[in-house]
Amino acid sequence: MAVKFEKIGDGAYKLDVQGYVCPHPQLYTKKGLEKMKQGDILEVVFDNPSSGESIAAMCQAQGNEIVSQEKEAGKPTMHWRIRKS
Amino acid sequence: MTSLPCNTVNVDTAPIVVTEPRNVIRAFMVLGFFALISLGSFAVDHRFIYYSAYLWFGFTYGMSLQYGRFCMASAIRDLFAVGVPRMAVGIMIAVVLFSLVSAFVTVAGKSTFHPSPIGLYSVIGGLIFGIGMIYTGGCASGSLYKTGEGSVAALLVVLSLAFSQVLVVDAGGWFNHLVPMAWTQSTIANNLPAVITPTNGWYDQFLAGYIWNLSAHTVGELLGFTNAVYAAFIGNSLINSIIPAALILTGIYIHWYRKAYLRDNKTEYLGFRTELAGFWSMITASKRTAIAGLVLGVAAGLHMWVMQGLQQRLGISNAGELLSGMGFSGLSIQDTIFDPGYFYITTQEAQGAAWVVQKLGFNVMDTIFFGLDNGVPNPLLNPVLWMSIALVGGSAVMALLNNEFKFKMPSPEIATWAIFGGILMGIGARVGLGCNIGAFFATVTNGDPSGWLFCLGMTVGGFIGVKFFNWWIGRKMAKEMAVFDL
Repeated sequence: MAVKFEKIGDGAYKLDVQGYVCPHPQLYTKKGLEKMKQGDILEVVFDNPSSGESIAAMCQAQGNEIVSQEKEAGKPTMHWRIRKS
Repeated sequence: MTSLPCNTVNVDTAPIVVTEPRNVIRAFMVLGFFALISLGSFAVDHRFIYYSAYLWFGFTYGMSLQYGRFCMASAIRDLFAVGVPRMAVGIMIAVVLFSLVSAFVTVAGKSTFHPSPIGLYSVIGGLIFGIGMIYTGGCASGSLYKTGEGSVAALLVVLSLAFSQVLVVDAGGWFNHLVPMAWTQSTIANNLPAVITPTNGWYDQFLAGYIWNLSAHTVGELLGFTNAVYAAFIGNSLINSIIPAALILTGIYIHWYRKAYLRDNKTEYLGFRTELAGFWSMITASKRTAIAGLVLGVAAGLHMWVMQGLQQRLGISNAGELLSGMGFSGLSIQDTIFDPGYFYITTQEAQGAAWVVQKLGFNVMDTIFFGLDNGVPNPLLNPVLWMSIALVGGSAVMALLNNEFKFKMPSPEIATWAIFGGILMGIGARVGLGCNIGAFFATVTNGDPSGWLFCLGMTVGGFIGVKFFNWWIGRKMAKEMAVFDL
């Protein structure tokens, strides 16, 4: 389960870091957002609960907007969409 | 934009987590298992209540750690890596609360705590441990609670730090050449029993030739307080815990929180009142972390009270007396086993690994750590290991109730980091005489200044680890993003 970054639309990207533990999901998210343009959307897929807390706090601190947070029913897998502000 | 997979739950609209029925059943099964162990052991011999006390406090720690995502690796790493102070704040809350409860327990004559010697070894041990915990993604307590979430990577960390400690403690031969002559001579002067073979083992000489020559005091003792209340509350709690925590929190607020707070709260700037509001906002930013910090702080203090009370009730000063009274072996030559009487990690894991190593035919009882002090009891009869296992169980229950439990097999990359980092954590824990719990959390909250030295080392080590991962992950992400116009 290697990290996967792909373009899924115009100004929209998907970062799959399932299987990774701290600090990988939050650092990959940070690196991805750094390179993206303002207004672009990054969908992050991860399944490490503690990384979610860090990603949320990081977005708040950096002013990036978490557009949606969805969780697969019965599993820890999360799909978060973040807009680079 | 891709459509989401089916059967997802939008957490923004769901006010509470609805536990899946099968997870409720599993959570009750785990709880029931530990209840059965507790009641069953008590039925066999009432003295097992001592073990059950460790078990249920461990269970409580596990539930709190998982609920609050409490992890000291996260505290240091997320500050440096992503500028997030949430966990560092939570830990300082726990430190303040634990210190107050500890002071109360100490004044009541119920404390089981003994300070560690003050020396540079704490910084070095903390440094090695700090680097290791960034590689593994969790500190010692963090790796245990993440094992409870189903993370096999975290389990690898625990196993690595357990077995690496045995190697550290038992390494002799060529490793003896690393030892300064002064340590060797001091070790010989201690006239230890021949069976311990102290001059054949660098760690034995580290302990007997260096550590034992350092002095150990609480701040209350160092300041010369003769009044027990002043010593505990002013010396140990206020000076060694509350003031340093307040200073650290202020530094964190100024460097990592204030700018974003003022940006997001565009009300009239009222000077100190606004800053105070911002500081309070930082403290309460994560309710889960604050609650976990509160529970951990209070529980850790009560743990000492309960263990001391049980020792008095059972007429013992060490759990080794229970083992020998019940006819079990595995004790040190002083008839003791590791029995700190409070929240502690790493030593009991090392004992578990040592028991396995002994079964493979190696002798570890010729060391001070196992042979003279801590023993190698059967893991099923090690009360402090009951606490660690129950910690995993408590975390599993909380994870199940939040639908967060999932067996996760690590990739080769993650497994490599887990093993490598776990080895460093084991080395650091033995050099530092403890981990983030035993050498930091339990020490600073009981007036022991050596804990801040370990924390300093851990912080520097964490910084070094973060620098590495920033580079490593930056490199990998650059490769992934290279094909896109970014």
